[in-house]
Amino acid sequence: MDKNNSKAWLYLLPAMIFLGVFMIYPLFDVMIYSVEEGYNSASQTYFGIGPYNYNYVLRDPYFLQALKNTFILVVITVPLSTGIALLISVGLNSIVKLRDFFQTVFFLPYVTNTLAVGLVFMILFKKTPYSDGFANLLITAVGGTAVDFIDGPYWAKMFVMCFYTVWVVLPFKILILTSALASVNPDYYKAARVDGTSRLRIFTRITLPMISPMIFYLVITGFIGAFKAYSDVVAIFGTDLNAAGMNTIVGYVYDMLYGDSGGYPSFAAAAALILFAIVLTITCINLLISKKNTHYA
Amino acid sequence: MHQNTDFSAIEKQAQRNERIRKVLTYVLLTFWAIIVLFPFYWMILTSVKSYSAYNSEYIPKLYTLSPTLQNYLDAFTAVSLGRYFLNTLIFTVVTTALMMVVTVFAAFAFARLKFKGKDLLFTLFLSLMMIPNELVIITNFVTITNAGLRNSYMGLILPSVTSVFYIYLLKENFEQIPEELYKAAKVDGTSDFKYLWKVMLPICQPTMVTIAILKVIECWNSYVWPRLITDDEAYFLVSNGIQEIRENGFGRENIPAMMAAVVVISIPLIVLFIIFHKKIMAGVSRGGTKG
Amino acid sequence: MKIVLQNLTKRYPNRNKKIKEDVIAVNNFNFEIPDGKLIGLLGPSGCGKSTTLNMICGLEKPSDGKIFFGDDDVTDLPPENRGVGMVFQSYALYPHLTVLQNIMFPMENLKGKDKMTKEAMRARAEEAARMVQIDQLLERKPSELSGGQQQRVAIARALVKVPRVLLLDEPLSNLDARLRLQTREEIKRIQRETGVTTVFVTHDQEEAMSISDLIVVMEAGVVQQIAKPQIVYEDPINLFVAKFLGTPPINVFEGEVRGGIVYIGEDAGIKAEPDSSWKDGAPDAAPGVALQDGPVTIGIRPEGFDPEKDGELRCGLTAVEVMGRDTSIVATNAHAANGSIRTIVSTEELAEVSGETVNFRIKPARIYLFDHETGTRVRCTFKPLH
Repeated sequence: MDKNNSKAWLYLLPAMIFLGVFMIYPLFDVMIYSVEEGYNSASQTYFGIGPYNYNYVLRDPYFLQALKNTFILVVITVPLSTGIALLISVGLNSIVKLRDFFQTVFFLPYVTNTLAVGLVFMILFKKTPYSDGFANLLITAVGGTAVDFIDGPYWAKMFVMCFYTVWVVLPFKILILTSALASVNPDYYKAARVDGTSRLRIFTRITLPMISPMIFYLVITGFIGAFKAYSDVVAIFGTDLNAAGMNTIVGYVYDMLYGDSGGYPSFAAAAALILFAIVLTITCINLLISKKNTHYA
Repeated sequence: MHQNTDFSAIEKQAQRNERIRKVLTYVLLTFWAIIVLFPFYWMILTSVKSYSAYNSEYIPKLYTLSPTLQNYLDAFTAVSLGRYFLNTLIFTVVTTALMMVVTVFAAFAFARLKFKGKDLLFTLFLSLMMIPNELVIITNFVTITNAGLRNSYMGLILPSVTSVFYIYLLKENFEQIPEELYKAAKVDGTSDFKYLWKVMLPICQPTMVTIAILKVIECWNSYVWPRLITDDEAYFLVSNGIQEIRENGFGRENIPAMMAAVVVISIPLIVLFIIFHKKIMAGVSRGGTKG
Repeated sequence: MKIVLQNLTKRYPNRNKKIKEDVIAVNNFNFEIPDGKLIGLLGPSGCGKSTTLNMICGLEKPSDGKIFFGDDDVTDLPPENRGVGMVFQSYALYPHLTVLQNIMFPMENLKGKDKMTKEAMRARAEEAARMVQIDQLLERKPSELSGGQQQRVAIARALVKVPRVLLLDEPLSNLDARLRLQTREEIKRIQRETGVTTVFVTHDQEEAMSISDLIVVMEAGVVQQIAKPQIVYEDPINLFVAKFLGTPPINVFEGEVRGGIVYIGEDAGIKAEPDSSWKDGAPDAAPGVALQDGPVTIGIRPEGFDPEKDGELRCGLTAVEVMGRDTSIVATNAHAANGSIRTIVSTEELAEVSGETVNFRIKPARIYLFDHETGTRVRCTFKPLH
């Protein structure tokens, strides 16, 4: 038994070392960073302990802009992507022909490099002196005026950002919802048909409650994911997000840490912890709501 | 009898509605399929347009009659795309291999071995899943910098190795193997390691493959950590390479060459996906999330 | 409401796309189900019984043939316009709704002039719940009920619309043995009280025998026999029906007819005379024609054996299994289909049995002859030779 005991720890050792050094220690360390005032990364000294870093971050206009951008992104993309995914999944589940084909195509964005396709999106939406770009081609074709979606007005930039985010997160949601829908026992639908239930009623009274745990799961992971948006934004607007006015909270953290505006791990730590607090709060609220509304766990 | 004619009208109406619904469904699905596929089409199309042809199209053309592979040549010669590729390959293979070893051992310990404090430790493990990467990356950045590992494979790989989620996934799978098999092996005098190697791994091979593929995708697409830890082009991964190409390579406006680079770095994963799409989709629906 | 099935046929395209020929799930089913009866569709899995039920329900469309409820042709009607109630094998109770909400669900679908008030629906639901004796469970969720209770809720939900026809798909298969006995009595009682024409599907012959007014035995899409339970057992129309009904199953021997005497091997003979008195039903029976010499398949029910010292059927004794009231003798015989036979004798007769061999006298009333090739019943009356 004793021998078994020590052997077990030996099997666990590699995982423990990696997790200890790169997850557990940093977790505590980041909290320490966030309260060390005036930390200097070159000399590794600081003046004192206090909430100054938080105060600074919360007053930094760049952070407030990032906060605003992130919130708008979350509020638009989470319901939108979940809704579209639901629509597409219901459509997928109702067909037989070409179903595998559509399913495979819809999943494709999941495996592609966010940065690479983001660049394509940038080109599709960008307006240059040489060309209005493809998106504007469509807009002018229906009688609109061309807009620069990449360097133009805020709403246009926000539109591209939301559009790309939805494009990127949809594969996962479609996959989860399609398998949730497929796992509903077909007897329920047969029973409902025998009872003459209308399609709309079948959907709202049977299908939705049946897959509600998965919908809530997607909403929760969707919130978390959208709050952490970064690489897809970089892909479209480039690394200097502050200049583009499209920074996100995570982008702000990295900018504080590294790059032209970097070298302030304390501010980065404070911002990261603020983000964590926001995500945690919203996840808890989500969980409370989902407990009330999903009918069986 | 009057009733019957009434019903047949209902039936006809229902059939008509059914057909309309079907058409609408296919229209919707096709529409979204086009939105999904169009960027890929555009990327390939642009990559075979010549630089001058592309720049002379004020209204972008949806096809080209004179495709060229010149951009692909440029992509490999004008910027170090080959270098980025090789770096990503090394990074992906080594990280995935290390991750598999660490994960298999830890999952085995949790699934089969008995030791004091196992349940408590596993709960702690699980709670680690809640910690966002953004939080710990700050200290990791400092740690790796202080260790002098910036711009090195070690610095890239080490913090990317562990994944609590995959340990959890594999442990669950290991536990589905009947306890009797382990007992039988013990009766026959099989060592734990041999049992793991000869019995558990072959049985759990599908899960192992799934985990490995998911990790490969994750590695191939990773951007944030490599960006923080490398500023020497010799250690760039493809994602950073793309960003670098966009901001400094080719001259800002050589978009066809950029697209050629984008096509080249997208191909490996798309090929992987085409081969393994059933496995990948099954694996992801079992609980993978992006990012 | 009587149900008439007229040339009912269901074909599916073959799953193996290389084979062009369709799979025939139900082949030319003709039957008039009398009003107010409880009918059991019995057969092994894949015999087409569930397909038949689904066609009566309207969930599947027949490829050919017609279905009438009374005088109404319902062949092309969707299920909701047929007035059927269906209980699914899995019960299909909506897990997020309470028992009461589940039972009320079908009524909430009614539109136009049929629309009911909440109070009326509730009253009807409670009435249905009382009928199946679950009226004290109305506020529970399905997951909080036992299998038997869930079954009752499903029946209540099917009955609440006052259907013209009640359909049950494998109603007892998800219950444990004890509940099964209880629930089948319950189904019988509910059917009696409501008087609704009821069709249920089962692969369990005991279930079908115990509660049906009429049994329809199906095999490979074809109806084999339609009769009262006791008739199906005592007077099977062919070898399949004889083998499918009865536990332990009928013992099958390969034998021979020589000069009006049926032999099992060389020694065991029994005199057979074609049964000219038997008239109705089976198309292949040819009353009055003398038995042809030649090979024949013989079926003997397990209770058709008397262990006797000078019995005509000589067997090797394998085992004597005492099972309470009855005793089962397992013996070997070279001419039995799989080399061994199983009989049931009353325990008093056991004294005779010991040693290596056992001889049986065969009770004439328990012997059935079947055509060697087709398995069709050859009707005879039997007399012992001695």
